[in-house]
Amino acid sequence: MYIDPHAHMVSRTTDDYEAMAAAGVVALIEPAFWVGQPRTFVGTYVDYLSSLVGWERFRAGQFGIRHYCTIGLNSKEANNEALAEGVMEWLPRFAMKEGVVAIGEIGYDEQTPLEEKYFRAQLALAKELALPVMVHTPHRDKKRGTSRSMDVCEEMGLDPSWVVIDHNNEETVRETLDRGYWAGFSIYPSTKMGNARMVELLRHYGGDRIIVDSACDWGISDCLGVAKTARLALASGIDAQVVRQVTYANALCVYGKSGQIHESDWLDPPEIDQRTLYEGNSILRGGREPRIEHPRQAADDLLID
Amino acid sequence: MTEPLHSRATTALSPSAADLLCRWVVRQAAAQETWFLDALERLQTSADERALHLFLGQVPRRLGKADLELTPQDLTAAHTVLPGWSPLGWSLDGAARVAGLLTFRGQRPFAALFEDLVRTADARELITLYRGLSFYPEPASLSTLVGAGLRSNMRAVFEAIAHGNPYPRDHFDLHRWNHMVLKALFIGSRLAPIVGIDQRNNPELARILLDYADERWAAGRVVTPELWRCVGPCADALGAYAALQRALTGSPAERLAAGLALSQTDTPSARHLLTSVPETAALIGTGRVGWSNLHHYEAI
Ligand SMILES: [Zn+2]
Repeated sequence: MYIDPHAHMVSRTTDDYEAMAAAGVVALIEPAFWVGQPRTFVGTYVDYLSSLVGWERFRAGQFGIRHYCTIGLNSKEANNEALAEGVMEWLPRFAMKEGVVAIGEIGYDEQTPLEEKYFRAQLALAKELALPVMVHTPHRDKKRGTSRSMDVCEEMGLDPSWVVIDHNNEETVRETLDRGYWAGFSIYPSTKMGNARMVELLRHYGGDRIIVDSACDWGISDCLGVAKTARLALASGIDAQVVRQVTYANALCVYGKSGQIHESDWLDPPEIDQRTLYEGNSILRGGREPRIEHPRQAADDLLID
Repeated sequence: MTEPLHSRATTALSPSAADLLCRWVVRQAAAQETWFLDALERLQTSADERALHLFLGQVPRRLGKADLELTPQDLTAAHTVLPGWSPLGWSLDGAARVAGLLTFRGQRPFAALFEDLVRTADARELITLYRGLSFYPEPASLSTLVGAGLRSNMRAVFEAIAHGNPYPRDHFDLHRWNHMVLKALFIGSRLAPIVGIDQRNNPELARILLDYADERWAAGRVVTPELWRCVGPCADALGAYAALQRALTGSPAERLAAGLALSQTDTPSARHLLTSVPETAALIGTGRVGWSNLHHYEAI
């Protein structure tokens, strides 16, 4: 049983949902992010946020996966001031929606003054609404950007135990953990972190406050990042308890502070409740052990019903 | 509305939908009763949309998301307020949210407010917003927005409009009505809970459904038994007897449905067809089979 606490499902297909469910993902968190193409109207951003709390949740539910999300203005689009101002006006309404477990992903991209301005404004919002925060750390000048993100969180008076610093690597993890934050790791081929490196990190740091996610999106990425890392870690002799922490329990713990995600959501869903839009995970219901498998190879099937 | 909310919730003699919802929520609100009533009081007087947004966001956190507990008397009361209205399947938070919307006195036309709420709604809110359609001010002004809800691919959102909700019966034009029924069949949704399904039946719909049945059969697919309910009354004019005869050879539910349709069509051809299936006719004759329990017979 896994939680993928960082997955951009609007960019993924139903094959991915099937594969994730089959691999044992019971819940995922979809952070509001940059969809690859800049949005130039406030309205398109608003509709995107609506799809995170509405349509995408429904889509996930059809595959027996519980869908949660984080709401925020991402760092890249914070650089369009007119857009950013408009989006900020709408955020408080979205932050109160069902299943919104944090403000995020927010933080720095190029570390510009505008990024800083809206990062701070959203940290203030998270504090006001008592929501956890998911911080996206920059790809470029990463080490400094990560330290600076934590500095700003502290200046804004946030409790580090309510903040996930995501996209860590070997260079940033020590400081993140030492300062009391949750350390997210995105298992994202070639640019962020491979799962063999992740296993070595688990061997070194153990499972406390470490969270593994796939960060799967529109780029070359693997929606089974969490499940595959768990398997590799177990095969490499990492303690099962540690694996459970980093692929399930820790995410539940920190995002659970929002009051919007509970283990009972997937372990004990109502038998019939159309309001949940959730079809139930037949694999878990059937009592079988979830296993990693590839989605039905549609391309090889001759018959199409 | 000058009457204090506290008395509205308990004593109104001919209650409105808002009164009933208020009463049901209070009954189940336990320690949150005061919070709820105070919040309604503010919504009634402040005209502040931000207060409404806050209220709508807080309701599930305060009251929880349990099913609304209803007695048979409550269902009767609902029916008295508006025939056909069924609050069965409503949730506590949904009832509270609609009560809040009905209490709110804003500055903008309700349709403008509603459009904004729908735009930013999560799925659960969408369901709630549409369930209350009949009771909002100037319900006819919401027509375009309801169209968007009907087009939703989220089945529960569609059913919030189509099932137990008198709004379509009272406000849909023929075209929209017919397409709602057809869509219900397409997405595997039931027809029986559609309020006014018999009253609003029409030859055009019957024709569309008969074509749909032929199309399904041609594709080697099954035909939803409930469909015959709408075809039956127009069977004669449409020349639907051959199709009904075919349905009489289908699954148990299909046979019963075709039988029911024929038994409600008092023509010589219908009577003749019914005599060709004595077992089905006999079961219908017991009076225990109806459109609302047809699905019980699907597995026989
Ligand atoms: Zn991301």
